[in-house]
Amino acid sequence: MSDRGQAGHSGPEPVAVRVLKLSDFRSYPSLSLRLDAPLVAFVGPNGAGKTNLLEAVSLLTPGRGLRRAAYGEILRLGGAERWAVSAVLEHGAAETRLGTGWERPAPGGSDQGRIVRVDGADVPSAEALLDHLRILWITPAMDGLFTGPAGDRRRFLDRLVLAVDPEHGRRSREFERLLTSRNRLLEEGAASSWCDAVEAELAGRGVAIALARAETVALLSARIAERSAGSAFPAAGLSLTGEFEPLLAGRSAAEVELAYRRALRDGRERDRAARRTLLGPHRSDLDVVFAEKAVPAALSSTGEQKALLIGLVLAQADLVAATSGMTPILLLDEIAAHLDPNRRAALFARLSALGVQALMTGTDPLLFEHLPEPGLRFRVEDGGAAPIRGA
Amino acid sequence: MKTSTIGPEIERLIQLLARLPGLGPRSARRAALHLMKRRESLLEPLARATAEAAAAVKVCSVCGNVDTRDPCSVCTDPRRDPATLVVVEDVGDLWALERAGATRGRYHVLGGTLSPLDGIGPDDLSIAPLVARVAAGGIDEVILAVNATVEGQTTAHYITDQLAGTAARVTRLAHGVPVGGELDYLDDGTLAAAMRSRTPF
Repeated sequence: MSDRGQAGHSGPEPVAVRVLKLSDFRSYPSLSLRLDAPLVAFVGPNGAGKTNLLEAVSLLTPGRGLRRAAYGEILRLGGAERWAVSAVLEHGAAETRLGTGWERPAPGGSDQGRIVRVDGADVPSAEALLDHLRILWITPAMDGLFTGPAGDRRRFLDRLVLAVDPEHGRRSREFERLLTSRNRLLEEGAASSWCDAVEAELAGRGVAIALARAETVALLSARIAERSAGSAFPAAGLSLTGEFEPLLAGRSAAEVELAYRRALRDGRERDRAARRTLLGPHRSDLDVVFAEKAVPAALSSTGEQKALLIGLVLAQADLVAATSGMTPILLLDEIAAHLDPNRRAALFARLSALGVQALMTGTDPLLFEHLPEPGLRFRVEDGGAAPIRGA
Repeated sequence: MKTSTIGPEIERLIQLLARLPGLGPRSARRAALHLMKRRESLLEPLARATAEAAAAVKVCSVCGNVDTRDPCSVCTDPRRDPATLVVVEDVGDLWALERAGATRGRYHVLGGTLSPLDGIGPDDLSIAPLVARVAAGGIDEVILAVNATVEGQTTAHYITDQLAGTAARVTRLAHGVPVGGELDYLDDGTLAAAMRSRTPF
């Protein structure tokens, strides 16, 4: 973790993007924006490029950004060969320059992945960005989070865990690789002792993943319980479910690891027939209910689900600030659309109270009419963004 | 530069140089040019040295090291401790340990790591000869000096399993704080590993 954060501050250090520059990024040939406010709204018609701006910021954290797009898709149409995002990040009184970009491989060449730079120097992995900022987001694609497939909720949860525990990314990648290895070995009928070795490593990573998730869920639940009284956003009751979860109860990590190894060993025939590994944290689900009524989130209205999701992410923002020592940056795409005016005002007030920088989008300027000062509104159109005066 | 502007002999040299680790086509051209400009002082001695090495190089039938004699000079060195066997992934790792003078033991080179995704299995590595060496007796300790990667550790697990029936004690290298390293700069995983494998002072 960074040298900031635990340096004895009384509260989390405010972190904000002050300057955002794009080149050949989606609809923007080139753009430079000063974001001198904690709350920033981008307003414009559908297809104007508002979400592109949030996506650009979302690439300043490990992963493929809030659209999960292939890097080639991000290139501006019309002959561009490389895209880039750079930002000046302000934390306390200091500034850090962050940059990321990708270049289309030459014909016959291989994709070099995306380049990440901190203060002008290449860093080997995007994970280094987590030393400088944490980013959380809510997008319309997440509207179906509670009703959709378990995989989406697992990915959502893993992003939450990653913001608390930066090791989670590497651990998950190694787990996936070992899982693929095991499936391959079973398919090829490899020697039992070889499977043993892979399963031993697999079990270690798997249990670490499950424990990290359980820890984040427990921390998050505690935050929600603390802050939800009288809030405009309903409290979420969170639990992890799945065949794997009962293994964890009341045992030490070493015992769980051993139990998982045994279960993997005993399940080889079954997994061979299924052509995949049926037991493990890769099959877990995040169960979300309305804490007050114990009603499953999936059974309530779209607006209520949205409010629940917002409440969850606000609690996460609070948790991330406490554990990482930096306020996270929130990207809230089409956030105001499903909220009535009371909840909208409550959201703005909560964001101000958290002291986070939030970048929001919406089609209607009226949605952001009551943005608390100092708020900043931009009109987005034709590959550019201009500040709206006199808010 | 068009390839047709260079003679085929030079083009062949460039192509071969480009296959060396760390050299791309561009740096291979530069290296070739450098060699040709210093024909007597560099190119010809290099050609002779290459030919001599090609004629003399042998892979040690005991440990898998690369040397000009078989068994290699490490295996035949009487000052070496025959009861300690250090298992490494590649000859490069053996040389690194030798450079550091880190051990008086003898070596066993695996020739890689287990990797189902790359199609490398136990039979592709020198694991059976290792087990046979240890089973023959006289070895008290097998030190697994493999990389701290997923593949390296999986391979270490596998070997530990294979050696379970023998009299030798199996150990692995410590994971943790590098010498001269500052805690502040270590990643969380390394710090946790260092804390777990702490030793009495």
